[in-house]
Amino acid sequence: MALPTYADPLERAWYYTYLAICTLIFFFLIVPIIVVIPLSFNAEPYFTFTQKMLTLDPTGYSTRWYDLLLTFGMNAPEVSRDSSWWADAWNNANWINAAKNSIIIGFFSTILATVLGTIAALGLSKPEMPGRRLIMAILISPMIVPIIITATGLFFFYSSIGISHWTIFGWKIPYLGVVLAHATLGIPFVIITVTATLVGFDHSLTRAAANLGANPRTTFFKIIMPLILPGVISGGLFAFVTSFDEVVVVLFVGGLDEQTIPRQMWNGIREQISPAILSVATILVIISVLLLATIELLRRRGERLRGITPH
Amino acid sequence: MADLTTNVAIDNHLTTADGKPLKAALAAAQARNKRRAFFLVLPLLAFILITFIVPIGQMLMRSIDSPGFILQTDVITKEETPLMVNLGLWFKDNPQGTEPDEAAYTALVSDLIALKKTRAQGQAGTRINYELAGSRSLFTSGARKAAKLKPPYKEAMIKLNKKWENPKLWQVMRSASSRYTGSFYLAAVDRTRDANGDIVRVEENRRVYVNLFVRTLRLSLLITFLTFILAYPVAHLLATLPMRKSNMLMILVLLPFWTSLLVRTTSWMILLQSQGVLNDAMVGLGLLDDANRIQLMYNEFGTVIAMTHILLPFMILPLYSVMRPINPSYVRAARSLGATSWTAFRRIYFPQTVPGIGAGALLVFILSVGYYITPALVGGADGTLISNLIAFHMLSSLNWSLAAALASLLLGGILILYWLYDRLVGIDNLKLG
Repeated sequence: MALPTYADPLERAWYYTYLAICTLIFFFLIVPIIVVIPLSFNAEPYFTFTQKMLTLDPTGYSTRWYDLLLTFGMNAPEVSRDSSWWADAWNNANWINAAKNSIIIGFFSTILATVLGTIAALGLSKPEMPGRRLIMAILISPMIVPIIITATGLFFFYSSIGISHWTIFGWKIPYLGVVLAHATLGIPFVIITVTATLVGFDHSLTRAAANLGANPRTTFFKIIMPLILPGVISGGLFAFVTSFDEVVVVLFVGGLDEQTIPRQMWNGIREQISPAILSVATILVIISVLLLATIELLRRRGERLRGITPH
Repeated sequence: MADLTTNVAIDNHLTTADGKPLKAALAAAQARNKRRAFFLVLPLLAFILITFIVPIGQMLMRSIDSPGFILQTDVITKEETPLMVNLGLWFKDNPQGTEPDEAAYTALVSDLIALKKTRAQGQAGTRINYELAGSRSLFTSGARKAAKLKPPYKEAMIKLNKKWENPKLWQVMRSASSRYTGSFYLAAVDRTRDANGDIVRVEENRRVYVNLFVRTLRLSLLITFLTFILAYPVAHLLATLPMRKSNMLMILVLLPFWTSLLVRTTSWMILLQSQGVLNDAMVGLGLLDDANRIQLMYNEFGTVIAMTHILLPFMILPLYSVMRPINPSYVRAARSLGATSWTAFRRIYFPQTVPGIGAGALLVFILSVGYYITPALVGGADGTLISNLIAFHMLSSLNWSLAAALASLLLGGILILYWLYDRLVGIDNLKLG
């Protein structure tokens, strides 16, 4: 909103005050996220800027907390860093194991949520869909229901059906309960993003494909899928982030060996908060920056595909 | 009317290539489309029902179904053994308010002996303990000594422990003898039944839940209001800047939205703690004495400021999507007709943004009343919300029925707001970034 030329001095003054207020609010939004980054390089075990850090003295900074992330839980962190040291870190370091678990759980719950959610969104976007409003409300509800209620409900449900003892051909399915729960939590995001993509979808394209002799399967993979793919991927990313960041359900239904990054962070914050938490936080902030960039690129691509150009 | 009949007549004459009336063919095609759409949604609907709706429904059933006093369920075989059978019969024969006589105590003693045999005295005592503190030990010691008692049992029991003649105890045992009970809902609103079965408020120092519900509502309203105050100018700026610039600034809104909730809570913890960044900065600037650093965290202030930050994007995004399409010429027209900039804002611009305010406020409010993680970490004792108490009863006090009653009250409130949101805003209009 540019200031019009006819603005009087009072309006001018107000306009600059308004800009200053907005700047402060942007600071409020972003500073609490940025502040962990320099603090994670603190050489001292404190959560505040030391004198040395403020004077930009290099000795005030170190990567010791990142190092701790690697070595914590290792059998022999002290030996020289050859291939066996790295193997030890890969197999035994707590944070690395937590990251592996988080990625496995996130991957499978995202696949489940995205596949089921995309198919359902295709049905929901058809004008003939009966009871659309109610079904949509039910499918979005995992986002609205307080997480503690979901977690306690699943805790009793899983223990009553004994899900942790389920096996397929004698193979115990790991993470099953957590994956199902995280898929449920991710589904609303997939539904929202994919139905939003389908709003601008031109249904005459599918009719044209059918007219030219394509069967429904070909129509889906050749016509529909490429057009809604940006929405599907961003829905999937939302679902992945939801799972990757989820702690309460894991605490309630996860087994003792199912440590994830958020669970490890939660324990770290509750017990003795160490600056190692801040280095994890920094890594997570960097991941979210990358995800945000991906989403933004997808959104622009989707708009270009559908012929909407930014003005 | 005449037109309509001719139309129908024409319709009946029109047929498809294979000779079916056009109307019937159209109806069949529509029914097929309907089925097709529904079958696409069906797998997900079934998935959500099984992994989400059923578990929550089952959990909420615990708020009225609490058979610990009358049923023992084997953990492995799921076999159910009835408990307190004789006492149950006595309660059935004698109406509420009957003074427990010798027959009642005889039934009690025989049931206690049976409890000892099935090792269910702890479970039965715990069920009574939920409503009358101190009853668990009464049952465990009673079951231990019951076999040695001699008639008359009434005197013997009272001699064993004076608590056995407490009329309140008998009232609780009576209510626990029926499988379904509303007493956990009474407890969740700080009410209880007295010895006569009338509903009364619990003692002053035990009234926690209503206060906590009130605090949850108060803090959620405050957070909603603060997010609105902070979001409105920012959304307005984003909506009125040229697209290229506003997309740049939008990143500052979306980055917090995409950042892990735990990371944001941790950041607030290091900012707010008494040895943290904010206090240090104030001491460094000489605004604050080192000796009296301000307690910014582990109280209501910590919860409110951290949750305001975390929920702010949920207010900015709906406001932005309503403000963006507002035509600036309306305000310009108002100005040219002589309105001051304040009047033009108040009478022309603001009313057009009300749908966005409603959408954002409802969403933020719904999310904040059920918040758990942030209050648990930065809330301390007086900054916690109702979710934290539900978690406490689930994990620590193990009073699952009370937790379920509190949860169903919370869920009921949220579903009403959710329904309202759907009516006013429409779930389809929910946007993420």
